[in-house]
Amino acid sequence: MAEMTIKPMTLNFGPQHPAAHGVLRLVLEMDGEVIERADPHIGLLHRGTEKLIEYKTYLQAVPYFDRLDYVSPMCQEHAYALAVEKLLGLEVPARAQYIRVLFSEVTRILNHLLNITTFALDVGAMTPLLWGFEEREKLMEFYERVSGARLHSAYFRPGGVHQDLPAGIADDMLAWIESFPKIIDDIESLLTENRIFKQRTVDIGVISAAEAQAWGFSGPSLRASDVAWDLRKSQPYDAYADMDFDVVIGKTGDCYARYLVRMEEMRQSLKIMRQAIEKMPSGPIKSLDRKVSPPKRGEMKQSMEALIHHFKLYTEGYHVPAGETYAAVEAPKGEFGVFIVADGSNRPYRCHIRAPGYPFLAAMDFLCKGHMLADSVAILGSLDIVFGEIDR
Amino acid sequence: MADFWDGYALPTIIILAQILAIMVPLLVAVAYLTLAERKVIAGMQMRTGPAKVGPFGLLQPLADGLKLFGKETILPAGANRLVFIMAPMLTFVLAMVAWAVIPVGDGMVIADINVGILYLFAISSLGVYGIIMAGWASNSKYPFLGALRSAAQMVSYEVSIGFVIITVLLCVGSLNLSDIVNAQKTVWFAIPLLPMFVVFFISALAETNRAPFDLPEGESELVAGYFVEYSSMSFALFFLGEYANMILMSAMTTILFLGGWLPPFDIAPLNWIPGPIWFALKIALVLFLFLWVRATFPRYRYDQLMRLGWKVFLPLSLVWVILTAGVLVAFDWLPA
Repeated sequence: MAEMTIKPMTLNFGPQHPAAHGVLRLVLEMDGEVIERADPHIGLLHRGTEKLIEYKTYLQAVPYFDRLDYVSPMCQEHAYALAVEKLLGLEVPARAQYIRVLFSEVTRILNHLLNITTFALDVGAMTPLLWGFEEREKLMEFYERVSGARLHSAYFRPGGVHQDLPAGIADDMLAWIESFPKIIDDIESLLTENRIFKQRTVDIGVISAAEAQAWGFSGPSLRASDVAWDLRKSQPYDAYADMDFDVVIGKTGDCYARYLVRMEEMRQSLKIMRQAIEKMPSGPIKSLDRKVSPPKRGEMKQSMEALIHHFKLYTEGYHVPAGETYAAVEAPKGEFGVFIVADGSNRPYRCHIRAPGYPFLAAMDFLCKGHMLADSVAILGSLDIVFGEIDR
Repeated sequence: MADFWDGYALPTIIILAQILAIMVPLLVAVAYLTLAERKVIAGMQMRTGPAKVGPFGLLQPLADGLKLFGKETILPAGANRLVFIMAPMLTFVLAMVAWAVIPVGDGMVIADINVGILYLFAISSLGVYGIIMAGWASNSKYPFLGALRSAAQMVSYEVSIGFVIITVLLCVGSLNLSDIVNAQKTVWFAIPLLPMFVVFFISALAETNRAPFDLPEGESELVAGYFVEYSSMSFALFFLGEYANMILMSAMTTILFLGGWLPPFDIAPLNWIPGPIWFALKIALVLFLFLWVRATFPRYRYDQLMRLGWKVFLPLSLVWVILTAGVLVAFDWLPA
C-alpha cells in the first residue's frame, strides 16, 4: 500500500464561539480531540486606538483607555495618567492618589470576578457567574457614583481624578467590603474543592517560571508560576507604598493555580480598599496647577483668569514638554504600560500601549499543544484574555 | 361486522386512547420540565427565572414552542437531507415509544410485557442513533465531534447500567417492570442496593447527556454539539426528545430503586393517595436531582468521562453483581 499522510482536522474556533471571549479566532489543528497546533488570529476588534490618540489632545485620549480592556477600565486610565504626569513633572495630591488606589482595587475585583466566573462557565459550572455578577453590579454602582458611568468612566485624569468622592460612598464601600468575603467563600465552595473542577484545571496549561518570563507573562498568570512579581510592590506608584498587602503567588503554574491566585488577590484587594478608605487624607483631588487641571466651576463665575484657563484647557488642551516616557501599572490582567513620545505640542506624537493579554495569546499554541479541545477552553479562560486591549 | 368491531376496531380505539392517556401528560410534563428547570436553576442562582408570560411564567413553555414553530427550518447546503430530517424524528419517537412498558400504577401500563426491562434497555440504546445521524448528516465539524463523543459516551455508560439492572433483576427474579415494583413492597431497592442506585443515577445523567456529562452539546467547546445546524421544529424535536429521555430515565430510576407507584410506607394516610401520584412525585424528585446537579457541577472532559465509565463504574457494578448474587445464594434468599 502506498504511504499516506493524514491531514489533521482543522477546526475554526471562533470568532463566533461562546467560549472565544470576544472575538478570538483560533485555528486548531487536531488529531481527533487532541490539539496539535493552535493558531490564534487577532485583529477582529482593531480600532486603531493608538493612531486615534495621536490626533487628540492629552485629555481627549483618556476615554480611549476605558475602551481597551473594557473589564478593567480605570487601571488603564491610571497608566496613561501616570505617563502624562511623568512628562509634565506634575505632583498629584495625596487624596487623589488614595482615591486612585481605592478604585484600582475596585477595578481589580471587577476584573477577577468576571474572569473567575466566566472561567468556571467555560469548564461548565454556570452558577458562579450569576453570583459574581450580582457583586459586579454593586461595584459598578460605585463606579457610577464617582464618575457617572458604570463602565467607561474617564475618571482618572492626568493630575488627579475628575471629581471628589460623593458623600456616604466610603461607608457604603466599607459595608460592601464586610459582605463580600462571604460571596468569595460561596464561589469557592462550588469550585475550589470540587473534584470535577480540579480534574479540569489541575495540570492543565502548565507554564514554568522561566517559560512564563520568556513568554512575557505578567500579572496573576505570572505569579501563578511562582514568580513574586507585582508592580505595586516592586515599583510602587501613587499611594501603593503605604499599603500593607501580600503578593499572592501560586506554585504550579497551571489553570488551577491561576484561579487560586485570582481568588486570593480579591481578598488582598479588599484589604487595600479598606486601608485606602481609612487612611485617606482630605485635600484637593487634582493638581492645583491651573495650566493642566481645570478650575472649579464656582471659581469660574468669579475669576476671569479661571475662565480663561477653563476655555484654553477644553479647547486647545495643555502642552506637554518634548520627551518620551514609559509608565506601567499592575492592571488586573498584568503589566499594562503606556509609552508616550511627546513633541511639545498639545497631542502625543506617539502613544504605544503594552497590553498584558497579548503575550498570553501568543503563548496559546505553547500551552495548548497536546491537550484536548476542552482544555483549550479552560486555558483560554484561565489566561484572562480580553480582545479590546489585544487588538487595540 | 360485529366480528370486525369486537376483533379490531374496539381494541384499536382502546389502544389509541391508552397511548393518548400517556402521551398527552408526558408532553405536558416535558413542556413544564423546561420551565421547572429554568425556575429551579434560577432559584439556585438568585434570579427569578421566567415570570412575564402568564402567572409565574406558567405560559412560557407555550410561548417558546410557538416561537420555535414560527422559525424557518434551515437545511444546510452540504447536509444529507433525508438523514438530517430523520435524525430529530428518530430521537423524538424513541423517547416516546419507551413509555409503552412503563407502569404508572398497579396494572396501569399499555404493554405489560415479560421482558419490559430489556425493551427499555434496547430503546434507550437506540437513542444514540438519532445523535450520530444528526452529527453525520449536518456535514459540519462541531456536530461531528459532538456525535462522536455522544456515541462513545452512551455506549460506555450503557454497560454499567446493564450491570446495575442485572443486580436488581437478581433480587426480583423477573424482567417484568410491574413485578420489579411489587418486589419492593417491603423495602425499596435504593436502600439495600444504595451504591448501585448512585451508579445508576450518575449513568442516567450520562445516558441523557445532562450536566456534568453534557459533552455532546458542550456549549463552551462544541457550541451546541450535534444540533448546531438545527433550527425551528427539528431543533425542538431534539429538545423534546432530550427532556422526554430525562423523564424516562427518572421513571426507570423510580421503578428500579424507589418502589415505582408504591407509597413509602403502607400505612393509613399514605396509601390513600393513588399510585400514579406517588409515581409522579418520585419522578419529580429524581428530576430535581438532575437540575440540581446541572446548577452545581462543572463539565467533565471527554477522556475523564470515559475513564469514569470504564475504570470506576464498570468494575464497581460488576463487583456488586457478584456480591449480590453471592449473598442471595449464601442466605438462600433467591426469589422463587
